[in-house]
Amino acid sequence: MSATVRIPTILRTYTGGAAEVTAEGDTLAAVVADLEQNHTGISARILDDAGKLRRFVNVYVNDDDVRFAEGLETAIKDGATVSIIPAVAGGC
Amino acid sequence: MATATPAPAATVDLGPAAALSCRECGTRFPLGPSFACLECFGPLEIAYDYSGYDADELRKRIEAGPASIWRYAPLLPVPADVAGKPNLNPGWTPLVKADNLGRELGFTAQLHVKDDSGNPTHSFKDRVVACAIEAARAFDFTTLSCSSTGNLAGAVGAAAARAGFKSCVFIPHDLEQGKIVMAGVYGGALVGIDGNYDDVNRFCSELIGDPAGEGWGFVNVNLRPYYGEGSKTLAYEICEQLGWRLPEQIVIPIASGSQLTKIDKGLQELIKLGLVEDRPYRIFGAQAEGCSPVSAAFKAGRDVIRPVKPHTIAKSLAIGNPADGPYVLDIARRTGGAVEDVTDAEVVAAIKLLARTEGIFAETAGGVTVGVLKKLVETGQLDPSKETVAINTGDGLKTLDAVADAGLTATIRPTLESFRAAGLA
Repeated sequence: MSATVRIPTILRTYTGGAAEVTAEGDTLAAVVADLEQNHTGISARILDDAGKLRRFVNVYVNDDDVRFAEGLETAIKDGATVSIIPAVAGGC
Repeated sequence: MATATPAPAATVDLGPAAALSCRECGTRFPLGPSFACLECFGPLEIAYDYSGYDADELRKRIEAGPASIWRYAPLLPVPADVAGKPNLNPGWTPLVKADNLGRELGFTAQLHVKDDSGNPTHSFKDRVVACAIEAARAFDFTTLSCSSTGNLAGAVGAAAARAGFKSCVFIPHDLEQGKIVMAGVYGGALVGIDGNYDDVNRFCSELIGDPAGEGWGFVNVNLRPYYGEGSKTLAYEICEQLGWRLPEQIVIPIASGSQLTKIDKGLQELIKLGLVEDRPYRIFGAQAEGCSPVSAAFKAGRDVIRPVKPHTIAKSLAIGNPADGPYVLDIARRTGGAVEDVTDAEVVAAIKLLARTEGIFAETAGGVTVGVLKKLVETGQLDPSKETVAINTGDGLKTLDAVADAGLTATIRPTLESFRAAGLA
């Protein structure tokens, strides 16, 4: 499966400045592994030492926060868009 | 996450602000419009140089300052001459002795309500926006923006108008009418997003990395480290208004958790600077049951916040994925406090309770705080024999629908007979 991955500014040093790249994989974990193949070092920014999503990273597959789905095991359909976004907030 | 080329650090005058520091890994970065650590995505916050402050001199300088948050300029990321710049000058709101409410809730010690509905746009958001405006000026932004649950959109619109910025703010499309009007009246662009707050927030985070968002200062995204510091002024004011003393217990509403964490930071700074005597204090967080991911994690003893889809009348607190939630858990546990939640019915009852006992009309977030205060006392989690402060963050005029049943108690003809017949004599 091929997905479009939106890269936040913070990680564009790994993608040569590209805001979007393509990656392959049936799951989010596989997509991140494929990103690492082509953009060495990027997965360590997204995943912690235990291989889990970092606490302050939000990842969306299409419009859905993967924390509401299966996390790194979330299925990736062909043509999906994966967005990686640093956590921020408003409110009180 | 840098989003625009900041002015060189040497030309940025933000008073005692020395650098940005990652709250997770401690990596430091130069002052700039950045909010996430390049190493670990952790949130950046301001590191200060407070060296050279003498406690007595600083206290006198503050007391001689303006009746606004700028009396605390020596402790904020703002230039020393900030009070002379066009800004809404919020803060120095009343700390109300809530004797009637305290009596009803069984307090034997003094209960106070810090009533922040008295700010220029009627919520505490004016404090944080005032600080963000100064950073926007320092970094040469021309347009101010934000993702908002309503109060912030109004605060940004008003502050931008006063300070001469363009504004374009984003809100969930289905907010309370009062908040929509309040955000739109200042003349900037007001954009409704078909989604909830977390969707709006996500959109703004993506916009900021796109050329379309170039040159925009998002007060709660790329200016967030500066913005958040405005909430420290609630801690400073409470302590100064208590006669430079720490309260023993504080109840604070939680949406993202930013305000609660910054109040704790402010209290710690006052202790370190010698402006107040160090003694234990307990911090309590308040959520609405329909959006209570932090309360749920606290009660379950978890360190990780599981995001939720919000469903509550307390829309200003309806953040299902609270970025500062983990820090709220740390603070509540460290200080011996707690995080609790109340139902929407309890929120409405609490709005009426505060209005009936103290003459303070709070928005739904204030109802959450007072409702949780009541519940904490009833369940023995908060000690009514200790001096306590509850924070009302906004004005009830913004959420009239919540108490729409509080209308006429009688309708009579304009005669004394009708008056007597209605049992009003």
